[in-house]
Amino acid sequence: MKNAVGRDIPEYLFAGGREVYQGKNYMDGRYMQKVAPRTRRYEKPQESKIVATLADALRQCGAKSGMTFSFHHHLRNGDYVVNMVMKAAIDELGLDNLTIAATSLGEAHDPVAEYIEQGKIVGIQTSGIRGRIGEVVSAGKLKTPAIIRSHGGRPRAIEMGEVHIDIAFIAAPTSDCVGNCRGIGGKSNCGSMGYAMMDAKCADHVVVVTDCLVDFPNMPASIEAIDVDAVVKVESIGNPKKIASAAARISQNPRDLMMAENVARIIASTPYFKEGFSFQTGVGGPSLAANLFLEKVMDERGIKMGWSIGGICGPMVELLKKGKVGKIIDVQDFDLDAVNSINQTPNHFEMSASQYANPANKGAMVNKLDFVVLAALEIDTGFNVNVLTGSDGVLRGAPGGHPDAAAGSKCCIIVTPLVRGRMATVCEHVVTVTTPGDCVDVLVTDYGIAVNPQRPDLIECLDAAGIPHVPIEALQKKAYSLVGTPDDLEWEDQVVAVLEARDGTILDVVRKIKPLKL
Amino acid sequence: MTIEKSAVAGTLESSDAQITVEPAQDGIQLEISSSVMNQYGRQIKATVLDTLERLEVTSGRVTVVDKGALDCTLKARVECAVFRACGQSEKNIPWGGAVK
Repeated sequence: MKNAVGRDIPEYLFAGGREVYQGKNYMDGRYMQKVAPRTRRYEKPQESKIVATLADALRQCGAKSGMTFSFHHHLRNGDYVVNMVMKAAIDELGLDNLTIAATSLGEAHDPVAEYIEQGKIVGIQTSGIRGRIGEVVSAGKLKTPAIIRSHGGRPRAIEMGEVHIDIAFIAAPTSDCVGNCRGIGGKSNCGSMGYAMMDAKCADHVVVVTDCLVDFPNMPASIEAIDVDAVVKVESIGNPKKIASAAARISQNPRDLMMAENVARIIASTPYFKEGFSFQTGVGGPSLAANLFLEKVMDERGIKMGWSIGGICGPMVELLKKGKVGKIIDVQDFDLDAVNSINQTPNHFEMSASQYANPANKGAMVNKLDFVVLAALEIDTGFNVNVLTGSDGVLRGAPGGHPDAAAGSKCCIIVTPLVRGRMATVCEHVVTVTTPGDCVDVLVTDYGIAVNPQRPDLIECLDAAGIPHVPIEALQKKAYSLVGTPDDLEWEDQVVAVLEARDGTILDVVRKIKPLKL
Repeated sequence: MTIEKSAVAGTLESSDAQITVEPAQDGIQLEISSSVMNQYGRQIKATVLDTLERLEVTSGRVTVVDKGALDCTLKARVECAVFRACGQSEKNIPWGGAVK
């Protein structure tokens, strides 16, 4: 059955009442039943919850084959915790038939691919999939299709019981002996622990893994001891160099700067650009550079930003310290400036993934956003964006909060070069739709700007400000004239990943790629 | 032209291609690997064969390691490899002739 973005979804995926994507806000006003975890009572006072090893913690939580373990990705590409937990579960306890429900998975988790190939791990649910895991899933080696959800879609699915977490593992830069955790004060600091909060509240069991035990009580705690079954001290939870970069550097690439300047001009041309406006940006080259130019137009007009959300890095913290932004509400930190600022700089707060982006709660932060500036691997002439699959059809990306911020914001700007090497970024049909075109408003490339025809109000704004723009088809044709028209990818029937829209409907599927043989 | 000895042109940098040509009997033996194989494999093959035909190369083993090069880059690398293979890369390059 074709869905609202024209993707053909096989009917066998509708088991359990799943629907195809119908357009944004389709579920608005519906009631849902939240599920609750089955948790153990610890009535008798415990002096400490520290156990000697991960295997001991797994046994204490009744770990068995067929369970779902959850993880969060604040340690990013430096994370050691996913691998050490799966090793203990599979190699020491001999478990199999396991599912990983993570907020993101990347190159740091390449060893997990081995367990997928052995058939020990049979399910993957994540908001990002890169490296070897992406390759083996794309090759059809995972027993069940991977389920890809946005950062907002994941907490919705957990609350509705579509994912039941048996044991949540919390990678904690610091913890006390009973499991109050913080993202700072240790040797592998990550700052915000926002993505882990829902897991800790909704899992049957919670295990804290830390490399820095601190005195009780570790306050203010991101993860509270009232939800924690066991604490394990390990040598190291991650490689600090890969957790947070020294400082997110603003691009010096003139092409990035030109695009960033156009983003700021477009923002300044809209009626939403007024005292107290709100803003989110990614950390890609041109997206991050937009901060710089935005500050300039804010100064020129004499206005200040009310608040900013998202994954946070240094340049935004700098604006907060200068008094040019009122508040930062933070679900993840990308560099040490941000890590060292959260809960330290006044008005730099932490939030959960649900508070950030969940479409099924009573009002996530993204719903109040004026502007979001995001990148894309591909964008097609219907303004549909792909941030999940490479142009060769292999899983190597992350929807993350992209679909959530795009849907919630009043003005969503995609900034991307027209071509990358021989890949046309602006194309006729994206390989996979991860953010539907009805949520995307403006495209900024190095060869020109296009506005979604569904937003005549924004077209008027750009025209009034004298910002030139062209139909998106003109950009796509320009791209193909540079790199040649790509052949259509060829696929097997097997679905290797299901891409859920943030509301839980099916937005797209990824099939097993049939490599071209000459 | 005749491929008299082995020769290489190009690099393995992104957006480039490395072409190796070696002497062989009985026609062209072409081997292609590419970072953009699924979308551009057929076009790469056509471009390389066209270029060889234009240079009147009828026999040789040709190996293409493509890193997303544009057609113009592929043509230039193939031409250079062939000229090196027949000792013609120093002088007498047929500008405006076989090389357009």
